[in-house]
Amino acid sequence: MDFKLTEEQQMLQETAERLVRDVYDFESRKAFSESEAGFSTAFWQQLGELGLTAIPFSEELGGFGGTGVETMLIMEQLGKGICLEPYMESVILAGGLIGQLGSDAQKEELLGGIATGELQAAVALDELNSHYDLANVTTTASEQGGEWVLNGRKGVVIGGQTAGKILVSARTAGNNRDEQGISLFVIDPSAAGVTRRVYATVDGRKACELFLDNVQGELLGEAGNAYDAIRYQSGRAIAALCAEAVGAMRTACDLTLEYLKTRKQFGVPIGKFQVLQHRMVDMISELERATSMAILAACLADDEDSAERSAKLAAAKFVINRAGRYVAEQCIQLHGGIAMTWEYNGAHYAKRLVMISHQFGDDDHHLEAYAAQLSVA
Amino acid sequence: MEIHYSPEQLAFRDEVREFLKQELPADIAAKVKLGKHLHKADHERWQKILSKRGWYAPGWPVEHGGTTWGPIEKHIFDEESAAFGAPRLVPFGVNMVAPVIIKFGTEEQKAKYLPRILDGTDWWCQGYSEPGAGSDLASLKTRAVRDGDYYIVNGQKTWTTLGQHANWIFCLVRTDPEAQQQRGISFLLIDMATPGITVRPIITLDGDHEVNEVFFDDVKVPVENLVGEENKGWTCAKYLLTHERTGLAGIGASKAALTNLKRIASKQQKNGKPLIEDALFRSQIAEVEMSLMAAEMSTLRIVAAASEGGVPGSESSILKVQGTEIRQAITHLMRKALGPYALPFLPEELDLDFDGEMLVDDYAASPASQYFNMRKLSIFGGSNEIQKNIVSKMILEL
Repeated sequence: MDFKLTEEQQMLQETAERLVRDVYDFESRKAFSESEAGFSTAFWQQLGELGLTAIPFSEELGGFGGTGVETMLIMEQLGKGICLEPYMESVILAGGLIGQLGSDAQKEELLGGIATGELQAAVALDELNSHYDLANVTTTASEQGGEWVLNGRKGVVIGGQTAGKILVSARTAGNNRDEQGISLFVIDPSAAGVTRRVYATVDGRKACELFLDNVQGELLGEAGNAYDAIRYQSGRAIAALCAEAVGAMRTACDLTLEYLKTRKQFGVPIGKFQVLQHRMVDMISELERATSMAILAACLADDEDSAERSAKLAAAKFVINRAGRYVAEQCIQLHGGIAMTWEYNGAHYAKRLVMISHQFGDDDHHLEAYAAQLSVA
Repeated sequence: MEIHYSPEQLAFRDEVREFLKQELPADIAAKVKLGKHLHKADHERWQKILSKRGWYAPGWPVEHGGTTWGPIEKHIFDEESAAFGAPRLVPFGVNMVAPVIIKFGTEEQKAKYLPRILDGTDWWCQGYSEPGAGSDLASLKTRAVRDGDYYIVNGQKTWTTLGQHANWIFCLVRTDPEAQQQRGISFLLIDMATPGITVRPIITLDGDHEVNEVFFDDVKVPVENLVGEENKGWTCAKYLLTHERTGLAGIGASKAALTNLKRIASKQQKNGKPLIEDALFRSQIAEVEMSLMAAEMSTLRIVAAASEGGVPGSESSILKVQGTEIRQAITHLMRKALGPYALPFLPEELDLDFDGEMLVDDYAASPASQYFNMRKLSIFGGSNEIQKNIVSKMILEL
């Protein structure tokens, strides 16, 4: 039982904190968001140069062998700045999937680039009607003359607009919603038959719909057996999102507290009103709850796959989705009218917090998952 | 970071489990698990067993009969005790007045009172709240006037938990009526057998006799019963309140209650199948279990920080609020699980030696009463609103 950070972890935290603070002021973020990439390619490069994109990879691949705790430390800082870069999508999720399923040659080819940041990858798991169910895959892949050919539509691929490679889940056997028969492919977004419809997301990022019309894909791992890896790596993504949410909640709470101390109404700072004081304490209480669950998730994220790990990650995401929404809504409420404007920073934290709950399962999704496995003594 | 216990801590947990398996009387555990009434003798029996093992006062310094346990060991012990159905220790002697005597008392006071707490000779109760002083404790009015070698005490205390069993009471009394609120208060130990003391029961909304009113009418208390300095009693009170707050999250008790809830939900039926298989009810259990998981992690973070010498600040206030809300949510679900059978009021079935025919089952008489009884959790020990005031003022500086 020990919640202290090692010296190396503290250094990592400080590095990420400094980087985010230096780059991510409000105006800069706005410009990054409005750029064609939808994030700062220069910041992405810096993440690579400082080794932050290499953290979770093994030393043979040029990484540092970091675990969920290191990921948490980075993601929390990215959350504090509501950074737009697809770090989780490329480094944690795509990197994790390739690491788990890929052949030595594929790892060699792809992970080196992901670890330096030279390759930014995206992952396409969701579909129009999948609603967080990773086994709900209607996109198909079939083997034709020794090549895998993909057809279908994948949705809301964060970072897909700029990705050098996209990992796509597709069905190679079985019926929709069967866990068996799902495979994972690497596709080149510039390949023939790929159409991307790029759009902005509510939280200031960019994503795309991916239309696949006889697109050639490279199989990762065994055909039909990718589901377990997708589920496992989604668990790592969940832990990362939990940490990001904690970072965003922390800043949202800081901004709100500051506002309560400075904004005056009826001749006094509004923080003198008990009803607002208690609301603020409730926000801090949710932040505490979320922090505890993000730590739990981080400590389990890289553990061996087990029902217990899955259940606790579901619990973490459930608690954090709820806490994030509470902090987001109260941040807006306590700021009053100003938080209703595009020009106010707090509003963007609120949007990111709520949108995190729409990635890898909302509270209903995780409540259902947790309830299904409830142990009855 | 490591969220698991070390091998040494796991070995300690095994030792605790073995002890509880061997020594905790089955009838007492059954009462606790089913929410039945505990008698004074039950508390005393369990306390003697713990005392014999040297585990009754683990938080005390070793020279007074305590242990060398750190916060993590204490936490493990509390968790396991709750899981096995050990009664929650009546805290007023061992965990409330004793820490104050150890911190602020004279050598004579330590020698006189501590051994009698340890061996169960004395049963203490707490004289803090008054009819006009609840959450605003410092507005208390019970007067103690110095008269030679005595204080003459007049006034009234209320909400005195298990005062009907007590032979000693520790009181906050006003010794300087001129001084500003907190300044004129003193911490006084009073023998309940002193003439002029009257104890009257208060029957709570669940029909139980747990709390009392205590009246003081010209009660003569020797001056050597003053702890700390005269008019400095608030320092003792504050010390005690922080002491009390850390244990108030009640994670172990909530875990045990959750197990009981699942058991009830497995036995009760809805739509022709066990209630626990009903998706709606099951998801409510799942929800509270996840909240409990978060509160447990927060507790462990505080415990681990305390074992490094940290002093719990706002976290313990926040955890008091979260922990009590969770416990109340569990008792709410237990009551709901009974459906219309939450209505029958059968206090006689809460006695384990009840030998009549149960109306429903051994678990059915308690949940509705318990639900109402547990409303106290968010009121006592500094109400949840007071906890929020504390966080707001001390931490957020609002």
